[in-house]
Amino acid sequence: MFEATARDHRNQRVQTSIRLGFLSMTLLLAAPVLIVLGALVYKGMPIISLDFLLGDPTHGMTQGGIFPALVGTVCIVVVALIASVPAGVAAAVYLSEYAPENWLTRAINLGILNLAGVPSIVHALFGVGAFVLFFGFGTSILAASLTLAVMTLPVVIVATKESLQAVPMAFREACWNMGATRWQTIRTVVLPNAVSGILTGVILEVSRTAGETAPIMFTGAAFFLPFLPQSVYDQTMAMSLHLFVISTQVPDVPEALPYGVALVLIGIVLVMNSISIAFRIWLRNRKKW
Amino acid sequence: MVPTQTESQPAAAASLEEADRRDLDWWIDKLVEGLVFIGGISAIVFITAIFVFITKEGVGFLGSRFDFSEFFFSQAWRPTSESKPTYGALALIAGTASVTGFAVLMAVPFSLGAAIYIAEFAPPKQREILKVLVELLAAIPSVVWGFIGLSMMNPLIIELFDVPIGLTVLNAGVILGLMAAPIMTTIAEDALKAVPDSYREGAEALGATRWQTIFRVTLPAARNGLVAAVLLGVGRGFGETMAVLMASGHSINVPDSVFDSVRALTATIAAELGETAVGSEHYQALFTLGILLFVVTFFINLTADLVVRGIRKS
Repeated sequence: MFEATARDHRNQRVQTSIRLGFLSMTLLLAAPVLIVLGALVYKGMPIISLDFLLGDPTHGMTQGGIFPALVGTVCIVVVALIASVPAGVAAAVYLSEYAPENWLTRAINLGILNLAGVPSIVHALFGVGAFVLFFGFGTSILAASLTLAVMTLPVVIVATKESLQAVPMAFREACWNMGATRWQTIRTVVLPNAVSGILTGVILEVSRTAGETAPIMFTGAAFFLPFLPQSVYDQTMAMSLHLFVISTQVPDVPEALPYGVALVLIGIVLVMNSISIAFRIWLRNRKKW
Repeated sequence: MVPTQTESQPAAAASLEEADRRDLDWWIDKLVEGLVFIGGISAIVFITAIFVFITKEGVGFLGSRFDFSEFFFSQAWRPTSESKPTYGALALIAGTASVTGFAVLMAVPFSLGAAIYIAEFAPPKQREILKVLVELLAAIPSVVWGFIGLSMMNPLIIELFDVPIGLTVLNAGVILGLMAAPIMTTIAEDALKAVPDSYREGAEALGATRWQTIFRVTLPAARNGLVAAVLLGVGRGFGETMAVLMASGHSINVPDSVFDSVRALTATIAAELGETAVGSEHYQALFTLGILLFVVTFFINLTADLVVRGIRKS
């Protein structure tokens, strides 16, 4: 009575082929990551050495290393984090712990969505107009970092807000019932329970910040400047802009050089991303409530 | 949102004792509330500031030199001409539109397909891996994509299609499609996930196959979220700068086919801003392009938000 008919078999085959069709679409989307990584490793790996990482670019940037760009990127990222993490966490605390359901909160959420959606080159124009000219920072690490901080603010806000909201309401209620103020509750109960989620967002922001090019082109990153920055008011080289420059602006660059720079840049970005992803998965599995 | 703390009880207690309970902790609490409020509205402050500052720099051009019909209907973008600079943005708009359009056409089917597979078919382990891969795709910086377009796609296109140059709408479109795909996949998957399981169970109880359930029940129920996903993907492609600058050929041209080189609005700003004097007509014209980009992306995001809000209401 329950034996499969020919029609059932056909249905089964159709289902399987539909499933495989969608799987292949997914794989086609995912394959480029592996191809790109493979090609960059294959062509860029031979040039990577300690001298490459710790040397200055020489011969009109056609030889030598990437040390000033590497240091510059680290500086820009660090200053951007100092500026954006406190603001982003504060914004997330407000949205998660205080904000009432009203038009202002909707406007804030729309602002965050737009801040994330505005083209990076428009952020660059903003950086030039606001930080370089209006606040008079000139083209400097400070101006570049602040531009990036504004741009990546949504990353911190969204990640932090999610991890704050994941802290069960009962934790807060228990704390309030002990007579704690709102801030005491946030400081001693909510934030400690959310800190690893916040860290995940921060790491993700590092990877975003390190890879951006357009926003720093006119606000603080220099084409060629083989010195290390002395203060936040100095210009600096940066990995992302360096890749752009040697692959489009400089003649007679040996083929392996830009591959090497791209590999180091994507290495930084992907290592940061992987840490963030692994951290998140570990957190989810460890969750006690 | 977190429901507000009940305030009636402490207030009643205070009136009973007639004591001032505003001790140091109370003031700290108020101070912090003020501080996080400032943080909270920072997103609005910044988005407003962006508009104000790019308008401030571009307004000179808009006020004196801007000519509507020249800007939108002329292809002649010659800002550095000695005798008579012209600012026709038609070719730049066409460049952006063609690359973005091609990218979205490429990316939408794959992104939605991937979202359907991840949300509806994949077993948990597989889902985790695929989601990580999609996330890594999103993590590749735009300048690296541009470099890939320049150094890998370019020779490949020349070889495959036997064309003289590979830096074209096709190249930039494929690259941009790959860049826009992760955001579309992620948001579309969220939208599918948000469809209650009871819908699927209902359909399957009536004898529908998995595919029939997806096509007739899940997809229509997630429609708004899918539209928002596509819109945000369009916004992503529209605003992309470095990858388009490096992969599109950067030549002023209204394209006839995908094998033509074009130049995008974003790329024009990136390529020319460094060469202009602050406050010059050319400089202000580039900020005017920025205003155009800002306004268009603002409306795309606003529409996406309204569409998503639509599902919440119903």
